[in-house]
Amino acid sequence: MMRIACPNCGLRDEREFAYGGEAHIDRPELDCDDQAWEEYLFLRANPKGEHAERWVHVHGCGVWFNLIRHTETHEVVAVYVMGVARP
Amino acid sequence: MSRYSAFALLRNWLGGNTDWDPVWRSPEPASSYDVIIIGAGGHGLATAYHLAKHYRPGRIAVIDKGWLGGGNTGRNTTIVRSDYFYKESADFYDHSLRLYASLSQELNFNIMYSARGILNLAHSRHEVDFQRRIVNAMQLNGIHAELLGREEVLKFCPVLNGDPNARFPIYGAMRQKRGGTVRHDAVAWGYARAADALGVDILQNTEVTGFRRDISGGVQGVETSKGFIGATKVGIATAGHSSVVAQMAGFRLPVASYGLQAFVSEPVKPVLHTVIGSAVIGSYCSQSDKGGIVCGGGIDPYPSFAQRGSAATMEKVLAGIVQLVPTFSSLRLLRQWAGIVDYTADSSPIIDRSPVPGIYLNVGWGGGGFKAIPAGGEAFAHLIAKDEPHPLTTAFGLQRFRDGALIDEAAAAGIEH
Ligand SMILES: Cc1cc2nc3c(=O)[nH]c(=O)nc-3n(C[C@H](O)[C@H](O)[C@H](O)COP(=O)(O)OP(=O)(O)OC[C@H]3O[C@@H](n4cnc5c(N)ncnc54)[C@H](O)[C@@H]3O)c2cc1C
Ligand SMILES: [Zn+2]
Repeated sequence: MMRIACPNCGLRDEREFAYGGEAHIDRPELDCDDQAWEEYLFLRANPKGEHAERWVHVHGCGVWFNLIRHTETHEVVAVYVMGVARP
Repeated sequence: MSRYSAFALLRNWLGGNTDWDPVWRSPEPASSYDVIIIGAGGHGLATAYHLAKHYRPGRIAVIDKGWLGGGNTGRNTTIVRSDYFYKESADFYDHSLRLYASLSQELNFNIMYSARGILNLAHSRHEVDFQRRIVNAMQLNGIHAELLGREEVLKFCPVLNGDPNARFPIYGAMRQKRGGTVRHDAVAWGYARAADALGVDILQNTEVTGFRRDISGGVQGVETSKGFIGATKVGIATAGHSSVVAQMAGFRLPVASYGLQAFVSEPVKPVLHTVIGSAVIGSYCSQSDKGGIVCGGGIDPYPSFAQRGSAATMEKVLAGIVQLVPTFSSLRLLRQWAGIVDYTADSSPIIDRSPVPGIYLNVGWGGGGFKAIPAGGEAFAHLIAKDEPHPLTTAFGLQRFRDGALIDEAAAAGIEH
């Protein structure tokens, strides 16, 4: 069982959380070209290694936050609040 | 390659089983090939077989970082079917199912296709309506499927939970009779043996670590753990690792990789003669010839390359199995494992040229590409040999993500393919 440190509640089991996709993806202007829109919607880093991603403490305090997790070891390397740059 | 037959069995038995030929060679890598396929799973091996048999592009190698069939092809729950919603998928997957039906003869290798039927349960009025829509779509696509009422379902498969007060009561089911199971290892081994016999070099324990490209950007070959191997055509069929290999070549793919688990119980006497599953519960199972109940379900809910599986998902899938068949609660599990599957946004595959000249893609199969191996190999061989898509896979290109022309099977059929 993976354990994740919620910024509010501390270390909890993975089943209290929901994954919300890759972090730091900005929506382009609506008059962007098809390529920019495709990148925004579909193209992802999907690394075998450290991945910046969004999670929500859905069965807890409900907060959304970012974390950096290693996709092979599942080690959570950093947890940080929404809106700040990747550490 | 010596043919397998009843006579060969008898002759070798009389000879003490000492002079069977090796099923394939273990060659050293040549310095270059005309075509290299990365990934010796079902898709890579079937592609090499079709290339060597029908297109003869010269020397062909299939390279794998592990042993052949050690990826998802050797880890899946062996279910084959063609109960898709959209015409593009129906045509492609039904062609694949038909190829499976005659594959044992084609490869002279028993792949143990068992058309035991596949039963998708409905647990509410609304699901019954939804299934009627899918079955109608299938009929229009020329694929036979049928709807069963509650009594028919329970008569056909008495181990199912028939309690009308169950959390998920049975309202009916849709069934594809030609669906069923195929022995997964045999598919990898059968294609490997047939490809090897046609001169394909299968290079196991050889990891691709990079690409070499010429000044115009075209591919010149691959860097591997055993050194550089040249080729001007390279096919990528690495399933869950598609984005990792694409990154080596300098482009991104519209995929995300997840762990997908399977489980098998201790063997018991025959109790389940068909495949059962439920989209709402999110679990499915069948009984193997050895007697084990083979169980599967949804993916782990976050990206992973761990090939291990989350305990939370395991509990969810197995709780679902016990909902479907309460008596299975007394079974003990023998093994649990996971594979890494690469999902596209529409759960349909990508069989296309890549952004790099000379590199081709056969990826994005998610949790449902085993059933697609015979047709996937045929289509990918066509693409690599002719540099244009096979007629059955024109809809499965990369361009669809830019155009928004998705073939969204997960949304349409409500089943994670
Ligand atoms: C638990 C589970 C259950 C499933 N159940 C079903 C089912 O019931 N029905 C169904 O149709 N599908 C099912 N699937 C999906 C199916 O197994 C896959 O879609 C299919 O096997 C993909 O085949 P492949 O040949 O593309 O990939 P794989 O068989 O995974 O082969 C890819 C190969 O690429 C190699 N590779 C990766 N990176 C490199 C590198 N850098 N260098 C060299 N080699 C590399 C790997 O070692 C691997 O052998 C299931 C999958 C899983 C995990
Ligand atoms: Zn919290």
